[in-house]
Amino acid sequence: MAKTPAELYRERTRRVEDAIQLKVPDRVPLVVSFGLFPAKYAGITCQDAYYDSEKWGAAVKKTLLDFKPDMYHGSAIVSGAVLGHLGCTQVKWPGDGVSPHHTHQFVEGEYMKADEYDAFFEDPSDWVVRTYMPRIYKNLGPLKSLPRLSSMVFGYGQAMQVGALAAPDVAGALDALVKAGLAARDWQAAHNSLHKEIIELGFPLVSGPSTNAPFDMVTDYLRGMRGTMLDMYRQPEKLIKACEMLLPLLIERGVSGARRSGNPRVFIPTHRGSDGFMSLKQFEIFYWPTFKKLMMAFIDEGLTPCPFLEGDWTQRLEILLELPKGKVLGHFDRTDMKRAKEVLVGHMCIRGNVPSSLLQTRSPQEVIDYCKQLIDVVGKGGGFIMAPGCVVDEAKPENIRAMIDFTKEYGVYH
Amino acid sequence: MTDNLVDAIADLKEEEALRIVKSKLDSGEPPAKILEASRKALEIVGARFAKCEYFIPDLVYSGEILKEISELVKPKLKGATQLEHLGKCVIGTVAGDIHDIGKDIVAFMLDANGFEVVDLGVDVPARKFVEKIQEVNPQVVGLSGFLTLAFDSMKETVEAIRAAGLRDKVKIMVGGGQIDDEVRKYAGADAYRPDAVAAVLLAKEWVRRA
Repeated sequence: MAKTPAELYRERTRRVEDAIQLKVPDRVPLVVSFGLFPAKYAGITCQDAYYDSEKWGAAVKKTLLDFKPDMYHGSAIVSGAVLGHLGCTQVKWPGDGVSPHHTHQFVEGEYMKADEYDAFFEDPSDWVVRTYMPRIYKNLGPLKSLPRLSSMVFGYGQAMQVGALAAPDVAGALDALVKAGLAARDWQAAHNSLHKEIIELGFPLVSGPSTNAPFDMVTDYLRGMRGTMLDMYRQPEKLIKACEMLLPLLIERGVSGARRSGNPRVFIPTHRGSDGFMSLKQFEIFYWPTFKKLMMAFIDEGLTPCPFLEGDWTQRLEILLELPKGKVLGHFDRTDMKRAKEVLVGHMCIRGNVPSSLLQTRSPQEVIDYCKQLIDVVGKGGGFIMAPGCVVDEAKPENIRAMIDFTKEYGVYH
Repeated sequence: MTDNLVDAIADLKEEEALRIVKSKLDSGEPPAKILEASRKALEIVGARFAKCEYFIPDLVYSGEILKEISELVKPKLKGATQLEHLGKCVIGTVAGDIHDIGKDIVAFMLDANGFEVVDLGVDVPARKFVEKIQEVNPQVVGLSGFLTLAFDSMKETVEAIRAAGLRDKVKIMVGGGQIDDEVRKYAGADAYRPDAVAAVLLAKEWVRRA
């Protein structure tokens, strides 16, 4: 008799949780960060994914039901309508800056200048509202002219300051905010109900909440890569202080997200801590301390940090042993998986790393050969989840199918 | 004294390097000699990167120091002191992809190592690569890309270069985020290199053989 979706849901959750806890599951679990693959697979445009929740939801459900991975790894899609109302310049998305058939792309920039750390430290909310938001959202430019927000502390005597909100250009910015807010509410509601449907179909979500490593927040969204790297030399204390300041906010984002979704697995995509980006010594000074504190805070809350260790982390594997056993799921991209297993065996569950180049340009048989290696070497004794190295936006469907079907067949443990 | 400057730059001592440059300029040293020292220093930086003593922050910082030095030197440079180039390279991020960090570092390193670099920017259509190759006749073409969508763009770009009858005239290298040797084969390029210094070494080798 076929299993019910509820039974499948429990079975799949247990399979993944067993692997995370370093027990031997019934077979190698399998998850896929599909990215925008569902759009291409279901024959809608990527642009649809950013604007039409219904079309996107149908594409995701079709993909899950056709390929049947063990869990659903949500795609990082932000509503095009919300971004459009805000006039966001920090990202380009399909239909606005990139082709309707491609994924969104971040626009690298120095969004916080080298001499703005102090303003940020002194009054972060004020700096964010009056300097940062006008900078990244062109329709919020007039917020620059608001009075300092904390001046409202002077009570009713300052009540007249609300007049600034009704200046015509500021009112326009507030109007843009309200429009964006309404679009965000619709989008959120549609995605929440999509997640509910996915769960009802028997697919757990890999993670509910997501957050970032503090260093990445600074380098991605504030200082930019060049700025952060120069800060390592010219003002290292401020760079570290910014990471420490963001840490509690990033912990809170993960913890509250876990509470809201009821999902204990916290997704933490990492960007610029990998081998190529900085030396191990620089990593130990700038990246690791607050990244470790972030993960430890989740573990203390009974949650499971699931960092996506993008790029190559081969030189940093030993440092991951500082994290407690069986509490973290490490998703590897271009790391040497054999070496990862040698170092992390009995300590951390490893997820990864079928290369996107293989999934996109080679044959199903070559994908199978790679997966067999992974199962034989990394899958040995559990603690392994089969997955592509990164999102598979343009993978060939037959290669995804080969990876999944082969793993289900060959990856059985008993 | 020149050695001091080379060491100061190579050891990433920004203030010291700038102080030495200023005093050299004040004492009337030819600006071309200072630029030569800078280039020498950058070779050391590259060698340290290749040995994994330096990483991208160190490359970026050395680039910043070099930029400051050339700003000090420029007003004193007379038009005639054009450095001889090792070779020409046309570089760009392929169609559909707007990422520039990696491409910029490679372009900077090629330039600092004596190449004449024509940087076409990001989201560069195949046609634009072809036109620029026809115009400047480079020995080396660098295709950069961060996302998986770049795989097909790289392939299309190499095909366009072939269709224009230029394939035998240039060597093509690929690199960036999800690019690897499989993608190199798929695209029909000549080589994949994982970082900027390796790319420069290869470009030098290609130019020497050309």
